[in-house]
Amino acid sequence: MFNASLKQLAVQLAEKKISSTELTTEFLRRIKQFNPEYNAFITVNEEISLAQAKAADKMIAVGQAGPLTGIPIAQKDIFCAKGWLTTCGSKMLSNFVSPYDAGVIERFNQAGAINIGKTNMDEFAMGSSNETSYFGIVKNPWDVAAVPGGSSGGAACAVAARLTPAATGTDTGGSIRQPAALCGISGIKPTYGLVSRYGMIAFASSLDQGGPMAKSAEDLALLLNVMTGFDLRDSTSLQRDAEDYAQDLQKPLAGLRIGLPKEYFAEGMSQEVARAIEQALVECRKLGAQTIEVSLPNAPLSIPVYYVLAPAEASSNLSRFDGVRYGYRAPAYSDLADMYRKTRTQGFGAEVKRRILIGTYVLSHGYYDAYYIKAQKLRRLIAQDFAEAYERCDIIMGPTTPTVAFNLGEKSGDPIQMYLSDIYTSAANLTGMPAMSIPIGFGDKNRPIGLHIMGNYFKEAQMLNIAHQYQLVTDWHLKSPV
Amino acid sequence: MTLSANDVKRIADLAYIEINDVEAKETLDQLSGIFDLIETMQAVDTSTVEPMSHAQSVVQRLREDEVTEADQHELYQSIAPQVEADLYLVPQVIE
Amino acid sequence: MQWEIVIGLEVHAQLSTQSKIFSGASTAYGAPPNSQACVIDLALPGVLPVLNKGAVERAIKFGLSVGAKINSPSIFARKNYFYPDLPKGYQISQFELPVVQGGNIQIQADGEEKNIRLTRAHLEEDAGKSLHEDFHGMSGIDLNRAGTPLLEIVSEPDMRSSAEAVVYAKTLHALVRWIGICDGNMQEGSFRCDANVSVRPCGTEKLGTRCEIKNLNSFRFLEKAIDYEARRQIEILQDGGTIRQETRLYDANKDETRTMRTKEDANDYRYFPDPDLLPLEISANWIDQVQLALPELPQVRRDRYMSEFALSAYDASVLTSSRETADYFESTIKQLPGQAKLCANWIMGEISGQLNKEGLEITACPITPSQLATLLKRISDGTISGKAAKTVFESMWNGELERNVDAIIAAKGLKQISDDSTIEKLVEQVLTANAQQVADYRNGKEKAFNSLVGQIMKATQGKANPAQVNTILKKKLGG
Repeated sequence: MFNASLKQLAVQLAEKKISSTELTTEFLRRIKQFNPEYNAFITVNEEISLAQAKAADKMIAVGQAGPLTGIPIAQKDIFCAKGWLTTCGSKMLSNFVSPYDAGVIERFNQAGAINIGKTNMDEFAMGSSNETSYFGIVKNPWDVAAVPGGSSGGAACAVAARLTPAATGTDTGGSIRQPAALCGISGIKPTYGLVSRYGMIAFASSLDQGGPMAKSAEDLALLLNVMTGFDLRDSTSLQRDAEDYAQDLQKPLAGLRIGLPKEYFAEGMSQEVARAIEQALVECRKLGAQTIEVSLPNAPLSIPVYYVLAPAEASSNLSRFDGVRYGYRAPAYSDLADMYRKTRTQGFGAEVKRRILIGTYVLSHGYYDAYYIKAQKLRRLIAQDFAEAYERCDIIMGPTTPTVAFNLGEKSGDPIQMYLSDIYTSAANLTGMPAMSIPIGFGDKNRPIGLHIMGNYFKEAQMLNIAHQYQLVTDWHLKSPV
Repeated sequence: MTLSANDVKRIADLAYIEINDVEAKETLDQLSGIFDLIETMQAVDTSTVEPMSHAQSVVQRLREDEVTEADQHELYQSIAPQVEADLYLVPQVIE
Repeated sequence: MQWEIVIGLEVHAQLSTQSKIFSGASTAYGAPPNSQACVIDLALPGVLPVLNKGAVERAIKFGLSVGAKINSPSIFARKNYFYPDLPKGYQISQFELPVVQGGNIQIQADGEEKNIRLTRAHLEEDAGKSLHEDFHGMSGIDLNRAGTPLLEIVSEPDMRSSAEAVVYAKTLHALVRWIGICDGNMQEGSFRCDANVSVRPCGTEKLGTRCEIKNLNSFRFLEKAIDYEARRQIEILQDGGTIRQETRLYDANKDETRTMRTKEDANDYRYFPDPDLLPLEISANWIDQVQLALPELPQVRRDRYMSEFALSAYDASVLTSSRETADYFESTIKQLPGQAKLCANWIMGEISGQLNKEGLEITACPITPSQLATLLKRISDGTISGKAAKTVFESMWNGELERNVDAIIAAKGLKQISDDSTIEKLVEQVLTANAQQVADYRNGKEKAFNSLVGQIMKATQGKANPAQVNTILKKKLGG
């Protein structure tokens, strides 16, 4: 049951081999058993989850079930869910019970899915190791000495450790794909604008995008079918016809042109990662694809550009946390300014404060053009690089991360080394193009390795097709640490 | 460009984040490293490039001018740090 | 030395939309605290703004009515600063590329036409309110006003006296009400002025250092604050001092301005394009539609009243001070062609005086334009005298006899005697009875004529048509 795909679970539910209540109870039991060690969840609420399961069982009984009805989904604690503690991994929101639902939460609720709990994450999604959470570090279930990646580290850990069939994540610079790679699961960041950002606590508004994390590409397709869609309440939400992301899963890969950016295959990648990528490409060629070299000359600048734009937007987005209307307020202060300062100084962790300072600086008088505008111009050059590459190839592949999961504490004292974990992933956030990671093997100490599949705007169905075809002939995605 | 301890203090003030002198020094070292990385951007000539603010070149959608929200102040104020007479309380605001 | 005062105004006009600029909460004034602050206005984590079409439409209306350029695209930007009445820690405003660029406002200053150039007008959101009543030494925050749409209208420094600034502000105030984008209620804060004031020696070009005076919520305060501020600056300069660029607050109780913040501690607002909002595009088609629906503007109507009705510039300006007054005038004149001056006099005189006395708007005037026209018709056709008309007017105002003009005239016996033979008979009687005065007149005492007229009017209780009395009396005496 814990290894079953979403499709298999739906069949078992439809055939009444299992009820949603039983399924939910079993996953809740597993969370109770394993969470003390992994710390993948910040909040579990059996009462709400089981009430949802009961309602789902009724829907199934009257034949109104959709593909996800009755299936538990773990929600990243960045999504506001009415009646749920919604912390975003921060002391600042450690007492925030959301009075409203995010667009994504509404969609899962309407689909009859069960919210099995809120997953741990780097504070305000700022981090690549899940070590910045106010609620403690999350462990990598493959090796508890290793980080799970971040910021959706709790979600990746929960799926890998089979504490939930699937989960949601958000990705601002790699926060779905990097933890998916490090925990050996599949995850996709869709085209910017496909998933509603309403109720998804903002880190960097122009880069943030929600997406699913699951065991396989097939599961991701079913999840995307529910998660994506126009939302009036998000001005950046795209108005498009509904798309079935599962419809192309079975297409053969013959004739597929895979672009390999020479910049991504230069230095920086560890040997074990390079080997695994090479083997994955061999499989793809066997499936009929061909590989060609492409160039993304400005892509190496993604990290500096990202570390200007994301902190700039974040510094402004996080100004609302002032201790006035909700959330944490410092217990003692001398006056209004002191209340602001103490609340924010105590309520935010070190990494969040660091990024607020960077962002404040790059937007401040006299520096705006040199940093912010410069970064936005480079953002355009990076997007142009990809557009040109996609004239020569259908899809781009490379490593999701330069190395396998690093050790807990290994990079937490060195922000720059930590930032470089996003070297391959942040470009897709800058361009707004979709990108995903799937497991393709293991490296040192049995730590997983991910393949990064990047596509042009709205190419999710094709990317899922490629990943699914690969997963049909390999079994990395079926491997579990437990 | 080089960041000074004064710069760090100034931006911390703007962001309402408290930093003592010891922390300012430490933060300065970290930020300087990050800004060295950021400075690599300057190597590319972008004089003819338009800034890119959004991933998609779409335009702002408009709402009809209609009242759609009901009064829910009790629910919203149930999570507030300090409320009295339906007002959010803060230390005295001086103009 | 002679000093010239240089003034530019920034006016915040609350736009008369039903809902807020970025949320669906109501903008109604005077609701219980925080009852109109929804999740978006409260800046809960995760919420996002969506722009109100009604706010944009009002901005376009304004732009077209001042002959400005409508920018497309225009861009929303975040102005970052911390204040308890600003929930997000930033205000969504416009910085580069405001929706309205340029434009002109014509004002009547000292009997002369003067052009005031506009720099721009941009859309932004209002903040909430801090209530300073003592809550155990704390302030209370009401966020009902947070997110109310504002159009900030910025003028060039084209005004040279507080009087000009007030005329400009009043003209602008009349315009935003005329085109229906703002209710103009200054007590409720719907129309608020900030003044940028500087002084320079007469005859010099270079602008002096300016001070911005905030939150002037009446025309009187605007005038007094500018006068005080100009005096203050001139005194400093005459004593050899220099002006410090700063933001000042006008204290109406003390009639003075005082420092609010200096340029040094002015905020670094860190403006940047709001990533939650996309470029606002306004199609030519939309602009055309707004243009078609735009009412005839006050300036155009004023000019038309002067050419079409031969009214003076003063009369035409007063009648076009509000759209309601102008409409009232036009409804009246429509039923009384060729009597524009008579209509104007009565509307600017009796009607306006009575409305002022009772604190009413013209829309609440108890006498309709057609009732007024009937009354004026009775003056022009000689049925009643102007004096009697005032009595009829009073009865009408008080609602007597269903405001039926003829019924009131009849009931009060106010009908004029306009029959030549009746008047001739009366004149003869009076002449016979006052032989001495007739003789005086014939001996060159002009005054005696008036006395004879008085006698005739007295004999008819004022009802004889004075023009006819004059003519007939002259004829008889001259004979």
